[in-house]
Order: sequence, then C-alpha cells, then structure tokens
Amino acid sequence: MIEILQFDFMRVALVLAVLMGLTAPAIGTFIVQRRLALLGDGIGHVALTGVGFGLLTSTSPILGAVVVSALGAVAIEVLRARSRTGGDVALALLFYGGLSGGVILTSLSSGNGSGLQAYLFGSIASVSRGDLYVVMGLAIAVLAIVVVFGRELFLLCQDEEVARASGLPVRFLSLLIAVTAAVTVVIAMRAIGLLLVSALMVVPVAAAQQLTRGFKSTMLVAMAIGVLSAVAGLVGSFEYSVPPGPSIVMFAMTVFVAAVLGGILMRRRGRPDDQKAEVTG
Amino acid sequence: MSGAVFTMTGGRVRLDGKDVLKDIDLRVAPGDVLAVLGPNGSGKSTLIRALLGLVPMAAGRTEIYGSTPARFRDWKRVGYVPQRLTVGGGVPATVREVVASGRIARQSRFRPSSKADRAAVDRALAAVDLADRARDPAHRLSGGQQQRVLIARALAGEPDAFVMDEPTAGVDSASQAALAATLSRLTAEGRTVVLVAHELGPLEPLITRAVVLETGRVVHDGAPPQPEGACALPGHQHVHPHARDPETAAIASWDPT
Repeated sequence: MIEILQFDFMRVALVLAVLMGLTAPAIGTFIVQRRLALLGDGIGHVALTGVGFGLLTSTSPILGAVVVSALGAVAIEVLRARSRTGGDVALALLFYGGLSGGVILTSLSSGNGSGLQAYLFGSIASVSRGDLYVVMGLAIAVLAIVVVFGRELFLLCQDEEVARASGLPVRFLSLLIAVTAAVTVVIAMRAIGLLLVSALMVVPVAAAQQLTRGFKSTMLVAMAIGVLSAVAGLVGSFEYSVPPGPSIVMFAMTVFVAAVLGGILMRRRGRPDDQKAEVTG
Repeated sequence: MSGAVFTMTGGRVRLDGKDVLKDIDLRVAPGDVLAVLGPNGSGKSTLIRALLGLVPMAAGRTEIYGSTPARFRDWKRVGYVPQRLTVGGGVPATVREVVASGRIARQSRFRPSSKADRAAVDRALAAVDLADRARDPAHRLSGGQQQRVLIARALAGEPDAFVMDEPTAGVDSASQAALAATLSRLTAEGRTVVLVAHELGPLEPLITRAVVLETGRVVHDGAPPQPEGACALPGHQHVHPHARDPETAAIASWDPT
C-alpha cells in the first residue's frame, strides 16, 4: 500500500477516488430516492459525445464532457417532466445517440479505440494534475449544493406535490439534481469510466439503505462505502492490472452483498424490539 | 374578495381529455372546516389539488389568500397532507426527518434548522402521539401511523389552513380517534381545514360545512348531510367522541362568516 504512494499518478488517482467516492453517493441518494437510478447511465452515455468533441477539437475533454453532459441532463429532465409515457423512448434515443456520437468523434480524433477504452472503463494513469484541480473544484461545488439545497431536495424526492405546495421551486430543483448528477459523472469518469459511473451513484446507496433507518444516515454511510470502494478498487486495479472501473464496481457490489446479509442479521436481532414498539405504538 | 382562504370561480379541470371538474364555484372562509364528499372518481382529490395549484385549470380561476397559485408566495400559511406517504426509491427516512421537512416553507436556504424548528417538530410529533417513533423509518409504520406522520409534517409548518386528502382512508380506529382529537384542537384555534373524505366517521361532529361532488360538479354545499341508509341504522356504530362536548358543539355551530 505504501509503495503505491510513491507514484505520482497513483497519488493523484487516490485523491480523485476519495472525491468521487464522496460526491457520487451523495447525489446518488437523491437520485435513488427519486427513482432515477438510470439517470447517471444516461448522462454517462451523453457525456461521451462531449469527450469526443473535446478530443476532436483538441480542447479539454473534461470541459467538453461538463458542457455536453449538463445539456444532456437538462434534456433528460425536461423529457422526464413533460411526458410520463413517451419519455421512455426519447430517453433511449438520447442514450444511444450520445454513445454513438461519442464513439464516432473519439475514433475520428485518435484513429484508434485505445483512448476510448480509458473513457469507457476508466484508467488510473490518465488523470493529470491539471485535471485533478478541475475535478476538485467540481467536487466542492457538488458537496456545497448537497449541503445548501439538501433539505429542499429531500422533500422534492420524497413528494413532489408536497414540495410544490410548500412553495419550493420544483422545476429549478429538478434541474439542479440533473445538472449536479452530470457534474458528478464528469468527476468520476476518468477513474471509473462512463459506462460504470452511475454504479458509484447507486450501489453504495443500495448497500447503505440495508443498514440504516434515516435519509441522512443513508447518505453518510453511502459516502463512506463510496470512498472505501473507490480507494480499494483503485488499489486492486493497480495490483492486478485490470481497468479501475470494473474493479471499483465489483468492490462496491461485494459491500452491497455484505450489507444485505448484515441487514438481515440486524433485523432478525432487532425484531423482538420492533414488535414491542408496534404494540405500544 | 378579501379574507377568503381559497376562492375558485368557474373552475374546470381536464385530465386526459376528460372534464374531471366542471363549473366549480367555491369560497373557503377562515375557520371553515369543510369536508369534500362524493363517490370515487367524483373529482374530490382533483378539487383540493386544483385549489393548491397542483393540477392546471382548463378554465376559471383559483386563488389562495387572494393570489393565484403561480403568484402565491406565502406557502407557510398552507399545509398539504397527501393521501399517502410515498416510499419512493426505497431510501429510508425517519419519522422525524419526514415531519421536519414540513418546516421548509419557514426556513431559509442558507441557515441550518433552528431551535424553534426543532421545538415545532417535537410538538407536531407529540400531537399525533408518535414522539416515541421519531427515530424509526417511516415506511415501516402501519398505514394509520403513516397518515399521522403526514399530518404531523403539515402541523410542523404551523400553517393557518390545512388541506387533507382522505386523512381517514385505511386508518385504524385508534388513529382515527387521534386524528379527530388533533382536528378538534386545530378548529378550536380557528384554523381552516379542507379535507376529502369517503366517510366522515369520528370527524363528523367537527365538520362545519360539506361540499358534495358528483361527476365533477358540486351537488351540495352547506351543512354536512345527515347519515342515511345503512349509516343511520342502529347497528352502524359511528364513533362520536366529542359530540356532546359543549366546546366542540359550539365550534360545530360557529359560523365565522
């Protein structure tokens, strides 16, 4: 573990792992509660087009990804809010278009698919120090949004009509969630890859809610699981020379299975208490 | 018209190309305890959701404290109790977290919850008798208890007017009695209540006015209809906890207009 820290790219990657381990489950808790678990997936597909633009025009792929995925997130949110039935197909079109556009643009820019693999499944060594500073700024923005808007987002995700009847700016908050998710996708895309990025938004939350009773505690436990999975997955990726994305996701899945078993055990032990409360309550 | 809590004139609501509400004229005055009654599909829930601006109107106009819902800003004066607790994607939330979110219209975005917020949440939990369940996940409670959580959420915001969608539906008798007690406290304080009900049960003595809907039109507006048919038979036991209590009897006959 210590010798890993001798490599500069590994130190950069570990900081990145902590940042995405914190941010992805934080916004993911709202996304799971809103039944938008596939939102991150959609944004990931669309973001690839942004990466392709960035590569083709030799500007920053991160910047391209932020702009295009934020636009994609807004489009997804508008489609979701507008139509309850036809939105499904429209979303699918957006996903396929984003993925195809991204693959074509990246291939045009590099002539081969080697760069693409790094964006699809992550790559430890691809993150430069310059990228890291951008990502740090984005991560601070995401966490600030969660802290400042957390109460409002909680009510929005709990019950949109009650949120409206409480005077909350529902449309703005919905877009805020989508755009924040888009920014989070970009934070995580270098290390985990665009095809698996939403796993880090969803799996730690799914694991945490096996063990917790409240919203805030779910978010905090999910963030802890996110950091643990991202760091452990990255180290595993380095040790066994596999792409970091799948390594991180497999680690998070393992935590999820452990959490399911732990949750069953906890509830079994807690059951007599529950029953007592039911009688008195 | 000044002073009215809700005013709807010529209200029409279309959903999926069908008129759900037609020619609705309704004025709810402060202190009214109004029951919206009617068979399933008569538009009861749509009516109260339209009053709050939650469903768009095809024609007519509706106002909350004199402003259209789009321009209304004083949302802390209104507390909406939906029909059921939505579990959403399954992220748990404690009873306290759900109830505390009722304070949102009184909170500022950049300030954490204050002592006054926490005290109001404590009072709301105590009012529905759920203080001992505050740390439990809300979705594990019984249906009646969940209903009380939703009412506590509205109570926590300390609004002047409550809008409740079927607060008694699927609720055990203990929770119905608790609801009736809460409601009688609110009406004694002069708060306005608009509630949708399939049958009034123990709430009946508290109701000062009833609007009956049938296929989207108001067919009765006035005193609560007397129970008839099966409900009037001696075997049908309505629970009337406060019917002979002089205080609530006075409220029941009190006409603030």
